[in-house]
Amino acid sequence: METGEEHKSPPYMIVFVVLAVLTVAEVLFALLFTGLPKFWMGVGLIFMAVWKAVLVAMYYMHLRFEPKRLWILAASPIPLAIILVVVVIREF
Amino acid sequence: MTTITADRAPMAGMKVYHLKLGMWVFLLSEVMFFTGLIGSYVILRFAHPEAFGVPGEVLNVPLTAFNTFVLICSSVTMVKAFAAIEQNDQEGLQKWLLATILLGAFFVGVQAWEYTLLASEGFVPMAESYHAIARGAAEGSEVIGGPLYGATFYTMTGFHGAHVSIGVFCLCFTLYRARKGAYTAGNLGGVEIMGLYWHFVDLVWILLFTIVYLI
Repeated sequence: METGEEHKSPPYMIVFVVLAVLTVAEVLFALLFTGLPKFWMGVGLIFMAVWKAVLVAMYYMHLRFEPKRLWILAASPIPLAIILVVVVIREF
Repeated sequence: MTTITADRAPMAGMKVYHLKLGMWVFLLSEVMFFTGLIGSYVILRFAHPEAFGVPGEVLNVPLTAFNTFVLICSSVTMVKAFAAIEQNDQEGLQKWLLATILLGAFFVGVQAWEYTLLASEGFVPMAESYHAIARGAAEGSEVIGGPLYGATFYTMTGFHGAHVSIGVFCLCFTLYRARKGAYTAGNLGGVEIMGLYWHFVDLVWILLFTIVYLI
């Protein structure tokens, strides 16, 4: 896109439906499976949230159609974020 | 074939035009900002579980789930605006931008209403009194969350709400420029970087909603 190349229009409405379904699934999971251990509840909810975030980044922010160098740039704060959280956790 | 204007000419090296690169670098700084906020919340919650109530007992999850859906809808209208200008559809661009503005403003309105409801139930943003009380409980009921809960909740959701509000103002400016005919299929950088910001705000809320309201 940024180089002027044409690409097939992303499936915006399919992504929207998946995001809506995942949001409903998250809420139902949190409200109906209250007996689950907190750890597994957290893992399940975070998995769905990250899946939704990746869909938004890939299709709505068009990251899927960007050059690899922008991917590297976009991923650069992830290790920094992990370091930030791990270092602060060690303070406790 | 669409003509690419100078402001969208790809830069050597990164292979993206400078406006988009600038917005991505800004968004990466925002990732670190929100990581600091969310990371602090998670760490404080694990370190002081007694200070935090169960979100479902204190916060209005169904209302916020609906608001999350509204923000997701606004992301769809934003990409529709971008898709419209890619086809040089000026009317479509303005229509979808207006829809995005209305949905964004609605999200902020619901958030303000949620704050009012929470405050009326005793979850007030005042120093020394962020105590959380179960929803629907009688006055004088047992406090189920302490000052840390309110401080972290209002800080995270408040900063996100501020981002959405700023986004709505920027969208109004984008719509104003669109009505002046500033964007074309070959000159849509302004719409694209506005979209990047808006989708990022949506992405952050997706994570915030899960961490603050559901876990």
